Amino acid sequence: MLSKKERLQIAPVKMREQRPEQRIHNQNEVPLGYSPQEAILEAERCLQCKNAPCINGCPVEVDIPGFIGEIARGNFSAAFFKVSEKNVLPAICGRVCPQEEQCQAECTVTKVLKSAERSVNIGKLERFVADYAREKGMRPRVAHQAKSGKKVAVIGSGPAGLTVAGDLARLGHEVTLFEALHVVGGVLVYGIPEFRLPKSIVEYEIDALQQSGVGLKCNYVIGKIKSIKEMLREFDSVFIGTGAGLPRFMEIPGENLIGVYSANEYLTRANLMHAFDFPRSDTPILSGDTVAVVGGGNVAMDAARTALRAGAKKVTLVYRRSEKEMPARLEEIEHARQEGVRFQFLVNPVRILADQNEWVSGMELVRMKLGEPDSTGRRRPVVVPGSEFTMKTDLVIMAIGNSPNPLLLHETPELSINEWGGIIADPETGATSIAGVFAGGDIVLGAATVILAMGQGRRAAQSMHTYMMHSNGKKV
Amino acid sequence: MKKMIENTIIAKKTLAPGITSLKIYAPEICAKHKAGQFVILRGWPGGERIPLTIANTDRAKGAITLIFQSVGKTTLQLATLAVGDRVLDMAGPLGTRTHIERFGTVVCIGGGIGTAPLLPITKAMKAAGNKIVTILGFRSRDYIILQNEIEQLSDTLIIITDDGSSGQKGLVTDVLQQLFADGIKIDRIMAIGPAIMMRAVAELTRRAAIPTIASLNPIMIDGTGMCGGCRVTINGSMKFVCVDGPEFDAHQVAWDEVMQRLRTYKQHECRALENYQQNQPERISYAE
Repeated sequence: MLSKKERLQIAPVKMREQRPEQRIHNQNEVPLGYSPQEAILEAERCLQCKNAPCINGCPVEVDIPGFIGEIARGNFSAAFFKVSEKNVLPAICGRVCPQEEQCQAECTVTKVLKSAERSVNIGKLERFVADYAREKGMRPRVAHQAKSGKKVAVIGSGPAGLTVAGDLARLGHEVTLFEALHVVGGVLVYGIPEFRLPKSIVEYEIDALQQSGVGLKCNYVIGKIKSIKEMLREFDSVFIGTGAGLPRFMEIPGENLIGVYSANEYLTRANLMHAFDFPRSDTPILSGDTVAVVGGGNVAMDAARTALRAGAKKVTLVYRRSEKEMPARLEEIEHARQEGVRFQFLVNPVRILADQNEWVSGMELVRMKLGEPDSTGRRRPVVVPGSEFTMKTDLVIMAIGNSPNPLLLHETPELSINEWGGIIADPETGATSIAGVFAGGDIVLGAATVILAMGQGRRAAQSMHTYMMHSNGKKV
Repeated sequence: MKKMIENTIIAKKTLAPGITSLKIYAPEICAKHKAGQFVILRGWPGGERIPLTIANTDRAKGAITLIFQSVGKTTLQLATLAVGDRVLDMAGPLGTRTHIERFGTVVCIGGGIGTAPLLPITKAMKAAGNKIVTILGFRSRDYIILQNEIEQLSDTLIIITDDGSSGQKGLVTDVLQQLFADGIKIDRIMAIGPAIMMRAVAELTRRAAIPTIASLNPIMIDGTGMCGGCRVTINGSMKFVCVDGPEFDAHQVAWDEVMQRLRTYKQHECRALENYQQNQPERISYAE
């Protein structure tokens, strides 16, 4: 057994990555994964704290020291079973969770060494075990409870919906998952690019759900083809996880010119519709030598890096605050920078410029400076008077966030919504203003993260189970 | 009897050169459809998602009718599907319903293929007790569609063609101007056709202050408000046609922008078409 001191002396094991100059010419994943030896070495860095502070940082409460201990002993299958007790989508979470703000922020190693970069790489280890299991064709070993005879409808097949479906199927309920698009997975398939989350991984996880008895219905726009009221006649409870799918625009002149995309549209064309295979794929997409992306979140990074892979020679990301305030994960920012994405901070577009054919030719921007903190605690950017300047660009991609998708809510007036259009749901149970209807994920949180949506799904599933088994139809 | 699979084509007709009518088994969409609504369909693996307005429903058979003109690769290939084939994906009914009430005299104006989405609206307007005057404009006699169906619903039907091969020679706006000149009181106008026609109608009726509704057909992907590709400026503010429309007050639509945005993929469309015509595959069956 290694001593605590010895464990602390092991340097964090970096994950090998595709070289930037190579990866911008393909869609393959950037980090290549740990080898078994690398995973064991990294796992040995875990101090196996009795109080396991890392678990408190995990919205779905994975037994982190438990699974890492199994890796350290070389028991990769056991490690996978441990992770999949709590996490129905480990290969996805290992890749896209902001671990640095969650489990890894709580990690004792982080605190002792006073360095976030030296925390145990929990996310990378989770990815390792999930990938190991997938390569071996393993499935979670979770006992399914006896059939309850209760029927559940889950609306929206993103991270929240997938978690609810997985959890409730394990509890013996008959679950049907409704998806508006022609493919299941929500933001995992239309939003997050292949190079960050290979679609084969999403398919494998969804396949596992199907094997556990979850029914999938694509091309179902609930609210239009069926109302919530009708759903409640067919199902004992309903979960709404329709996400934050409505793209925001800046409301500046020129935003409807040809060559301005929402990040949602750009990424959907690229990821869901395979537009870069045009004309082998029927869906087209515009490409340009110079591309400007407006925004500083993970979606902005995804759009910028997708544009590079589409052959853009110069991709510039413009953000109205400074680098420090960017909401994107550090890893995403680093990857984008390595690949050649340029950053312009403290600038904001005020107008999009057109050529004589009404196609985008550039943007007019102003410089910003940081003023007093706003309600989010970040310093509010204010315009520097007289600082206008222009920038040439062939395409503009707006990645300034999404609002809750209002389609279902418009058709369901009895559902209480808050001032920014999200569903009001009990933070503990996910219960909404309609008995038997629960909600979670971005439709409640606003645009957040995959794992937070899963955490909400987990809690909602528990309370839906309680509701169906004990309430005799009364509101919980 | 074998259970019918959803999205199976149960009848197919060529209505005019390049204009196809597909009757598709889709009982749930059929049951919920209201005039003005559309579906998004994807015909085959690798296909694009396109919006098509529902032209008719057959409740007894649980089927909807889609009518389209083959102008590009997708619509050409769609026209190669046969009875028994199925379209791969179809979602709907999408969009808002036409505002139907007893207005008095409603003039329904259809231009070319726009006659198809006009049909259920005319039907609903008639059922609400309106007097229906229908103006249909076509390129020539050969391209006239749905004449009988519309005639049954109309108190007056006027057909006009670009070349005068049927009815008068001229544009639908010429007929509308004639109605104005005759002093006919018009309470509401529904106009569906090419954007240039809808804009011309809007300009004419704006002066006469007659409420005019147009149905827009922009490029869409998801049809549920997610991508914003179908955005349009209505009275100075941004709307998404898929969820806020497809019908809008024609006097408030930024028509130049609508037409501009329809040209976004012109080059791509030409390339896809050439590519398809050169490598036209044997007719592929998607029947199960």
